[in-house]
Amino acid sequence: MNVLDSLYVYRRFLGVSIRAQMQYKASFFMQLGGRLIITAGEFMAILVLFDRFDSLIGWNVYQVAFIYGIVNISFAVADALTTGFDLFGDMVKSGDFDRILTRPRSTALQLAGQELTLRRISRLTPGLLALTWATMNLELNWTVANVGLLMVSVAGGASLFAGLIVLQATLAFWTTETLEMMNTMTYGGVETTQYPINIYRPWFRNLFTFGIPLATVSYFPALAIMGVPDPLGTPLWFQYVAPLIGIGFLLMSLQVWRIGVRHYLSTGS
Amino acid sequence: MPQIVVEDLVKRFRISERDAGMWGAVRGLVRRRYQTVTALDGVSFSIEPGELVGYVGPNGAGKSTTVKVMSGILVPDSGRCEILGRVPWRSRNEHVGELGVVFGQRTQLWWDLPVIESFDLLRDIYRIPRGEYIANRDEFISILDIGGLLDVPVRQLSLGQRMRCDLAAALLHSPALLFLDEPTIGMDAVSKLAFREFIKRFNEERGTTVILTTHDMDDIEAICDRVMIISDGKILSDGTLDDLRRQVTLERRLVVDLDGDELPVVHPEAVVSSRNGHRVNIRFDPERVSATELISHVTSHNRVRDIFVENLPIEEVIAQIYRDQRG
Repeated sequence: MNVLDSLYVYRRFLGVSIRAQMQYKASFFMQLGGRLIITAGEFMAILVLFDRFDSLIGWNVYQVAFIYGIVNISFAVADALTTGFDLFGDMVKSGDFDRILTRPRSTALQLAGQELTLRRISRLTPGLLALTWATMNLELNWTVANVGLLMVSVAGGASLFAGLIVLQATLAFWTTETLEMMNTMTYGGVETTQYPINIYRPWFRNLFTFGIPLATVSYFPALAIMGVPDPLGTPLWFQYVAPLIGIGFLLMSLQVWRIGVRHYLSTGS
Repeated sequence: MPQIVVEDLVKRFRISERDAGMWGAVRGLVRRRYQTVTALDGVSFSIEPGELVGYVGPNGAGKSTTVKVMSGILVPDSGRCEILGRVPWRSRNEHVGELGVVFGQRTQLWWDLPVIESFDLLRDIYRIPRGEYIANRDEFISILDIGGLLDVPVRQLSLGQRMRCDLAAALLHSPALLFLDEPTIGMDAVSKLAFREFIKRFNEERGTTVILTTHDMDDIEAICDRVMIISDGKILSDGTLDDLRRQVTLERRLVVDLDGDELPVVHPEAVVSSRNGHRVNIRFDPERVSATELISHVTSHNRVRDIFVENLPIEEVIAQIYRDQRG
């Protein structure tokens, strides 16, 4: 009941945000068009890159594109849904966060609902193109389990990226400096895990498996769906449950967020 | 039983200091120096349901800090604050559900959307039952005369229009308490009058407790039964406007417009404080000579065109209280 009610309010928030963006239709479509051109350009660059290497340490182009697609779709979804957290540093400075605290809803829910930036959805294009291209060329066995696993890994991936963005926003409770380090982790994470992680040195792939577990929502489930045994030797069951780690990561980030809110309440800044 | 109990609230802030220049910035990274500012230094008061309380003080006196503590968005270092039997910051969601807050400089409406959409969204945020929402909304639309504004995006409203809509938005959920933080800043005269009238009326009809911080003493005089004055984190005075005046001075003023240019004859217990053409200002102490006695004395000894008694303006009373405190 409570969860349903929160989801309902969240949906209402998003509806309001979308209608607000539609107040400036011309500007919206021009920006969306611009973004689409940019992201299509990015995808072309990837194709050129893939064209150079027929295979990447045992991976064929389509397999790489499949992983690339999952990571980029996950990030695009998280990025569009967490704009409110991106703007959070400014809200603390301007005092608008106080307004959020005077409403009888969780702060995370209100921030998540603050804005759904539609034009950011254009970032879905390269991921979707890559995934479509890959599935057309890979002989995939679309069982119910595999379709489910693909959906769970995108959900887990989006949760994980959202968790990173929440953690980044949480730091604004302590410092007003811009946090380039966190951006490095988010964007760097996308750049790194869009390729199969077994191509990296052990410490680096361990970082993205155990530290910031981005590989658990892309590389491992992708292997299971493609039916490729892991060169790193992980068992199949692990590849199936790995994406859940992304959801766990988001829940943990929200706990850290709560600590941040408590800190804000006691310092007022 | 009081609705709001505040006892011995203390709140200190640590403000980091930074030296000027690039070296200062580098040093600030390594070792930060802090300065402690005491915003609340043992603030106590209690407020009964339905009171209209003005909360005044110079900038930085601790007004907003107190309001933030009572709104559940700031935790004090020590002291007690209980509102409707709850500690605001411990049960924030339940507490703010009973609360309406209007910040003068900031709107709570969605900037790019028509006003009515903000109202509808607030209904969902506050879980307002449908019947109650419609009744409140329609009542506020008619009293605040905002029917014509409902389909206008908030960014296109004038300040006065926006404040009326903001006020309606803060009350849609029938809160037991209403906090108004400098609500009339920048408002035109007509909007101010309408605003004050609405607050008075709303308080009478619904028994909502109102706490108003303002620098506009006309707001206080028009709305509040009780005034609390805070300075340097301490409550200096707490009582009715008349109590406040008596605390400062008993003196009152008689303003007389004479018919001619001759020197006025004044009562021996009263003093002419200033004279400007036909207008004479007389100061008197009502304990020594009553207003009626003074008036009959003046009118029988002079040719008087007009005469009236004035209170010391509330601005002057409050300025005097600040001065007394600084000693």
